[in-house]
Amino acid sequence: MAEAGDFNSADEVLRLEGIGKSYNLGLPTEAEVLHGIDLALTRGDFAALVGPSGSGKSTLLNLIGLLDRPTRGRIQLLGEPTAEMSDAELTARRATTIGFVFQFHHLIPAFTALENVLMPHMLRRGRPNPKASAWARQLLTDVGLAAQIDRYPDQLSGGQQQRVAIARALAARPALLLADEPTGNLDTVTADGVFELLRRFNRTFGCAVLVVTHDPRLSARCDRVIELVDGRIVRDERHAAADN
Amino acid sequence: MWTAWMIAVRFLRDGRGQTILILFGITIGVAVIVFVTALISGLQANIIARTLGTQAHITLHAPDEVNHIAPAGDITRLTLEDPRPQRLRSINNWQHMRDLLDTDPMLDAVSPLVSGPAFAQRGNARRSVALIGMDPERYLRVIPVDRDMVAGRFQPAADKVVIGHRLATELGLRPGDRLRIDAGNGRTATVDISGIFELGVRELDERYVYMDLKQVQTLIDLPGGVTTIDLTVADIFDADAIAARIGGLTGLKSESWMETNAQLMNALAAQRLSTRMISFFVAVSVAFGIASVLSVSVVQRTRQIGILRAMGAGQRQMLLVFVLQGALLGMIGAITGSICGVLLIASFDTFGPGLFEVSVTPGLIAATMVLATTVGALAASQPARRAARLDPVTAIRNG
Repeated sequence: MAEAGDFNSADEVLRLEGIGKSYNLGLPTEAEVLHGIDLALTRGDFAALVGPSGSGKSTLLNLIGLLDRPTRGRIQLLGEPTAEMSDAELTARRATTIGFVFQFHHLIPAFTALENVLMPHMLRRGRPNPKASAWARQLLTDVGLAAQIDRYPDQLSGGQQQRVAIARALAARPALLLADEPTGNLDTVTADGVFELLRRFNRTFGCAVLVVTHDPRLSARCDRVIELVDGRIVRDERHAAADN
Repeated sequence: MWTAWMIAVRFLRDGRGQTILILFGITIGVAVIVFVTALISGLQANIIARTLGTQAHITLHAPDEVNHIAPAGDITRLTLEDPRPQRLRSINNWQHMRDLLDTDPMLDAVSPLVSGPAFAQRGNARRSVALIGMDPERYLRVIPVDRDMVAGRFQPAADKVVIGHRLATELGLRPGDRLRIDAGNGRTATVDISGIFELGVRELDERYVYMDLKQVQTLIDLPGGVTTIDLTVADIFDADAIAARIGGLTGLKSESWMETNAQLMNALAAQRLSTRMISFFVAVSVAFGIASVLSVSVVQRTRQIGILRAMGAGQRQMLLVFVLQGALLGMIGAITGSICGVLLIASFDTFGPGLFEVSVTPGLIAATMVLATTVGALAASQPARRAARLDPVTAIRNG
């Protein structure tokens, strides 16, 4: 007989239960953006989060990324409830378990591509050891930037910058990779390349990937599509990806 | 710490224009502090050296004679008191006192001397003078008159005296000439001039006549006695405390140079205060400069701070990044500022009025470094707190 604690399967990366988020609490302008979201992501998931502007996609992503706290409901990351965690603990979880890719690459301009990829490691452990450096080089090679390792962000093209950002998000070998419109400001060819990278790392490392996108072409190529409308999940379906 | 340090250095390098501009400001501030402080301490050291070149750090006298008035008891009484005239008196048991003071480790030199008024006479010219009888070997350790000789040598002995150059001019005396000393009580002596000094203080050059101790004792009718014991101390600013201690120990009236020159001490203190005020306000303006540059930097880097926080940077780390930037700006500014200050001082010594030498002590440079680094870190603390408190989500969205 399974106990209550076994409710989550071992492969479950993330579980949201009855998540609600309101802004301007207690003010006349109080607005509830999310209403009772239930969602689970398992290892190896490659899911698209779609929906019109203002549907609460970014808010949901911030909650999942532990960048923000929900007004109601519970979030479990790798089976651990996060509600009771201090800010420092959340920071530590963000660093070890979650990788972020943003719409705008958000590299730190004062650091080279390699240093940007090493940044999460340096923030936690200080000076990088040879093993960490080798891994960062490997990731940059995997995203096709072996020759640009020591360039600064402003010496790279938009697509190259986004690929550095992906390498950075993967540096800590996260269980969960969150991407907010990762191809939003890239042309279609470059966007395809970036999407392919995410797909490849999803398969190689088995990390769960959640991609927020407006692009129906990209969402069609995901294994699972979650649609958010007015702060509610209206569709959550799995299908065999078209490009397999 | 390593990471915070690296990010701080990179941020400073990244905002090169701002960094150079503010470093320029800090450099000027530090140079002003170093230069003004060195200038004023040089000036003060010079004034003190000149003042103390001609006086003992502490002088001991026999206590004043006072009237003893019997206690009145319970009745009210009107007293008409005539203060007593202070006749020349010897310090009791001064040989013993001298030997005792010789063993005091705080004292560098002990010189008993006897002094009294007299007239110096040559032909029809008479001048009032102060006779000073002492042991030359001890006396020169207190006031090195031998360095200020303009003629002859400093060798007071029986019937041989050393006088100031003003007295020599007024009486038309040269070494080897003879002079009549009249102590005013019927005792006179005729002496040879063995040397002429110029201490640079009018009063002394006009009135001091250095003589043999025994001869002065005889002339002013104080056989075997001394009127004063001159002392020098190792640290001149301890003179007050040492004077009070020795006064209590010996029961003698003791006066330090700081009491005798109260006016000078006030002037020096006022000067030091104004130096500190200048330094303080320069430091405050430097602090505001650093704070404003870092505040702008926090605003400019809001999004980057948000990203760093999202990637796992803690609040403490972000705080440290900006405090380190402030401290680093202060320290680098202190180094360049000190170099500029030293160059300014060197040019002052070379091309300035040349009245006195200004020198920079390593202590001043070290103090400036510590001051500038601390001011930098403190000035950075407000912007740093703002950076640390930034909410990652808002920072990324709005930055």
